[in-house]
Amino acid sequence: MKRAAVPAFALSVLYGCAWHQQSALNPGGPQAAKIDTLWWSFFWLLGVIFIIVMTVLLLTLTGRRANMEREALEVTHKASPQTESQTRRIVTGATIITILILFVLIVASVGTGKAIADLGFKKNPLTIQVTGNQWWWEIQYINGDASQTLVTANEMHIPVGRPVQILGQSQDVIHSFWVPNLHGKRDLIPSRTTNEWIEADQPGAYRGQCAEFCGLQHAHMALWVIAEPEDRFDAWMRAQLQPAASPSTQETIRGQQVFLNNACVFCHQIRGTTAGGQNAPDLTHFGSRRGIAANTVPNTKGNLAGWIVDPQSMKPGNHMATIAVNSTDLQPLVDYLESLK
Amino acid sequence: MRIAASAIIITLLGLTGCQREKRDIRPSPADLAIYGDAAKESTLRPGGPVTPQPVVNNPYNASSYDISEGQRLFNWYNCSGCHANGGGGIGPPLIKKEWTYGGEPANIFDTIVKGRPNGMPSWGGRIPAYQIWQIVAYVRSMNGEQPTSATPTRADTIQTNPQNLVNRVSGQTK
Repeated sequence: MKRAAVPAFALSVLYGCAWHQQSALNPGGPQAAKIDTLWWSFFWLLGVIFIIVMTVLLLTLTGRRANMEREALEVTHKASPQTESQTRRIVTGATIITILILFVLIVASVGTGKAIADLGFKKNPLTIQVTGNQWWWEIQYINGDASQTLVTANEMHIPVGRPVQILGQSQDVIHSFWVPNLHGKRDLIPSRTTNEWIEADQPGAYRGQCAEFCGLQHAHMALWVIAEPEDRFDAWMRAQLQPAASPSTQETIRGQQVFLNNACVFCHQIRGTTAGGQNAPDLTHFGSRRGIAANTVPNTKGNLAGWIVDPQSMKPGNHMATIAVNSTDLQPLVDYLESLK
Repeated sequence: MRIAASAIIITLLGLTGCQREKRDIRPSPADLAIYGDAAKESTLRPGGPVTPQPVVNNPYNASSYDISEGQRLFNWYNCSGCHANGGGGIGPPLIKKEWTYGGEPANIFDTIVKGRPNGMPSWGGRIPAYQIWQIVAYVRSMNGEQPTSATPTRADTIQTNPQNLVNRVSGQTK
């Protein structure tokens, strides 16, 4: 009974993974569905082969071979011509079957890759440029009309049922864009642009993660892809294109002054103010985002205050400057940033 | 015996890396001050030098990590907008022998904090002190005034520490 509990527990854990928001086995779009099909066909085919091989191995180790002349083998250390030819037939047959199976797997794999490639280059795509930075994602919605070009960070919204072209770039080292529920990995390489097409066919929040080791905080470099119906996406886009909300309360007015008078402005942009830094995430609608520090922690006032006061304790080695904020300035600053919905 | 000897050698080899890669990623609150009292002007004065002042050392001197951080900040804070990659443009070059306002670490720190006439803005009150020291470490590395063990053998842009420059100042790195 106890013995059965261990595999049962392991399976239940695996089952939990399969339905999580970051799993290639829970496809949220056509590309991921094809990868999922390929994965399961590999799993079942190779699983059966594994069981067959292990069974034969066990039989060989435990069973006696009636048709093999044990006597001769043990005395002369030479198999008889009969045994020799029998063994040769088995080995040759197994080799041919192995080659055939590998060939089938190659055809399935290449075929899936080609089918996924054919899903791209559709009409009316949404083009998003994803730029990897140590250790956060810049998300830029490309549009021929400059007033419709949107820059945000670490959270990407896409409309359901519309193909999205991801143009991958990197600002420093090689990163890799990977949202398992939507597609495979795509490397982001400095000074060149890589291309990937994704599409979500059901609404949901899919978590992505940098999949190429990129330095100290590689593990804390996550992004959310939020797939939502077209009308909700349009509403989100309209809201995000607006400049930042002007502070209305006394606290937030003070907070804006604190922001603008500190080193924050060297790296962060808040559209609608004089803060125009381009080195760090755009904070124009910071309060609308799910997480801070590339989704290292949820976006709450407490986490934000901790992040501003001592960024190196939450995410050691990150490039956010540690600045001395007066204790009386901190609360207004946090209130202001969280008011940027 | 042989194992013990190789263990000692490996340990010693490991220790040589310590200084180079020491990462002070969490600056102490004192280093966040906007003006360190380290800021010193050059002792160069009309009518002869004034009394020499105590030498202030850069806390991030000879640290590979901090020099590379300084290089990153040099671009992030747009020093390269005027000084290019050390070659100069709108502002004077930083690869040079004669410094208008002194080339010691404390002098460069002071120049960044207070700014200088005819264009150099004052960055004091904006950039935290520890980052200014990192930029100072990088600027000095352009002139080979950092040990070669702490600087990259190949620069990303202009080769800022050619071998002859290193030889010229070897033995007087600060």
